[in-house]
Amino acid sequence: MPFKSTVGDYQTVATLETFGFLPPFTQDEIYDQIAYIIAQGWSPLIEHVHPSRSMATYWSYWKLPFFGEKDLGVIVSELEAAHRAYPDHHVRLVGYDAYTQSQGACFVVFEGR
Amino acid sequence: MSKKYDAGVKEYRDTYWTPDYVPLDTDLLACFKCTGQEGVPREEVAAAVAAESSTGTWSTVWSELLTDLDFYKGRCYRIEDVPGDKESFYAFIAYPLDLFEEGSITNVLTSLVGNVFGFKALRHLRLEDIRFPIAFIKTCMGPPNGIVVERDRMNKYGRPLLGCTIKPKLGLSGKNYGRVVYECLRGGLDFTKDDENINSQPFQRWQNRFEFVAEAVRSAQEETGEKKGHYLNCTANTPEEMYERAEFAKELGQPIIMHDYITGGFTANTGLAKWCRKNGMLLHIHRAMHAVIDRHPKHGIHFRVLAKCLRLSGGDQLHTGTVVGKLEGDRQTTLGYIDQLRESFVPEDRTRGNFFDQDWGSMGGVFAVASGGIHVWHMPALVAIFGDDSVLQFGGGTHGHPWGSAAGAAANRVALEACVKARNAGREIEREGRDILTEAAKHSPELAIALETWKEIKFEFDTVDKLDV
Repeated sequence: MPFKSTVGDYQTVATLETFGFLPPFTQDEIYDQIAYIIAQGWSPLIEHVHPSRSMATYWSYWKLPFFGEKDLGVIVSELEAAHRAYPDHHVRLVGYDAYTQSQGACFVVFEGR
Repeated sequence: MSKKYDAGVKEYRDTYWTPDYVPLDTDLLACFKCTGQEGVPREEVAAAVAAESSTGTWSTVWSELLTDLDFYKGRCYRIEDVPGDKESFYAFIAYPLDLFEEGSITNVLTSLVGNVFGFKALRHLRLEDIRFPIAFIKTCMGPPNGIVVERDRMNKYGRPLLGCTIKPKLGLSGKNYGRVVYECLRGGLDFTKDDENINSQPFQRWQNRFEFVAEAVRSAQEETGEKKGHYLNCTANTPEEMYERAEFAKELGQPIIMHDYITGGFTANTGLAKWCRKNGMLLHIHRAMHAVIDRHPKHGIHFRVLAKCLRLSGGDQLHTGTVVGKLEGDRQTTLGYIDQLRESFVPEDRTRGNFFDQDWGSMGGVFAVASGGIHVWHMPALVAIFGDDSVLQFGGGTHGHPWGSAAGAAANRVALEACVKARNAGREIEREGRDILTEAAKHSPELAIALETWKEIKFEFDTVDKLDV
């Protein structure tokens, strides 16, 4: 019987936690996630860091958490502004939940190089 | 007012059946499902349960009169029909707070489910629920860390965590075992788990396992850039051994250890939980032996009671069944007791099997762990049922992947994230599960192969223990 390999090689990938295993989101898909954060009553929060420090607990805030912000457009333009200001940094969006003091959502929107 | 001593046997109901009693906020309340011997009146059976689980003995004794037993006795204050069951009934019993040592689950269970379960006037007896008064809850430490702290330590947000048990569960050397841990973690899992049967056997002594696992965790963490952990099982034959293993896990810098709380016992569990709080260690709890106690619908202890007891005794993650996998578990019942693990207040809701309002105060929450016979096709249902504060564990569903454990892990991670993303975008993930997974598989050959491998597996047996509705 001729040898037939059906086994593939799984290559380890460096990822950035939640949604790290999905292809980059389209603009509409990012809007959906922001809308979810706002609908849950969480405060949007933007953080960024140089890729060499991605495992650090504290990334730099972009400005301050956007407490009570309900306007999706505002968050989109802040994300873009953060990315423009730090093009080589990872930029992540957090849905901050003050009730639990935890993050209901957190994912990297722009990957730095 | 003093009483006269009157030797002999009194009917229990004269003393312990008090239908006019209004329970105090500080009383510990219990609901038992009672099935008496034929011909014994319900009130007598219920009063006997109240008596035998608190202050009573079969005969009147003179020394009772040295104290005010009315202050200490448990009282049956209500009897209810069990829907659709003529031979059984619910007895609601109130116990004064002073019957129990502060912070001791061991003491509560010794009273409530002690001798009374062998009582001859009963054919069967099942403890369905306990309402712990907040006054008692505040004397228990509870989870060493809780859900919020565990998320912060592990840097996992906005999704359920993903784990798997290392297989084969017995027989691997320490180095080979560490290899399997490494494969799973590099493939995208957050946690791997010692099988509960792994303690310190001749083929793999615990020190050796801990060392290789620690290296596997470290390597996977460095290569993936994500936080990883492995539940190192510290369950042992003596408390001293248990603490020695826990100390070594800490020395190796590991984030989480594990304990089997029923076979190990509540005293050992509470002690280990306190050690974990003190040493900044997460605690995963397995529940071997639970089905012996909780599966029979008329006898034993319902798992919701065992789950409540664990939250009080201490643990950061507890196995709860999967609803959809190979092990017993009805959906509404499971939702009822995972609320008891995670919420700060759970209202009475008979459709979920919760017999009392339960106030947990400020006690930390416990992650619900779904594990046992689940695979990637179950993912949409699991995310919908368990929500984000859960750990989903695929054993066979990880290692059984045709490319091996790393690819199996990646397939599960892709499926999980696709479901969370879809849920957040407002899609009904249980109904649209097939589409969501199929779309995600276009970008992941690992997931495509997993979907093909497990497409035929189903576990559709009726549950043995159902809610009485």
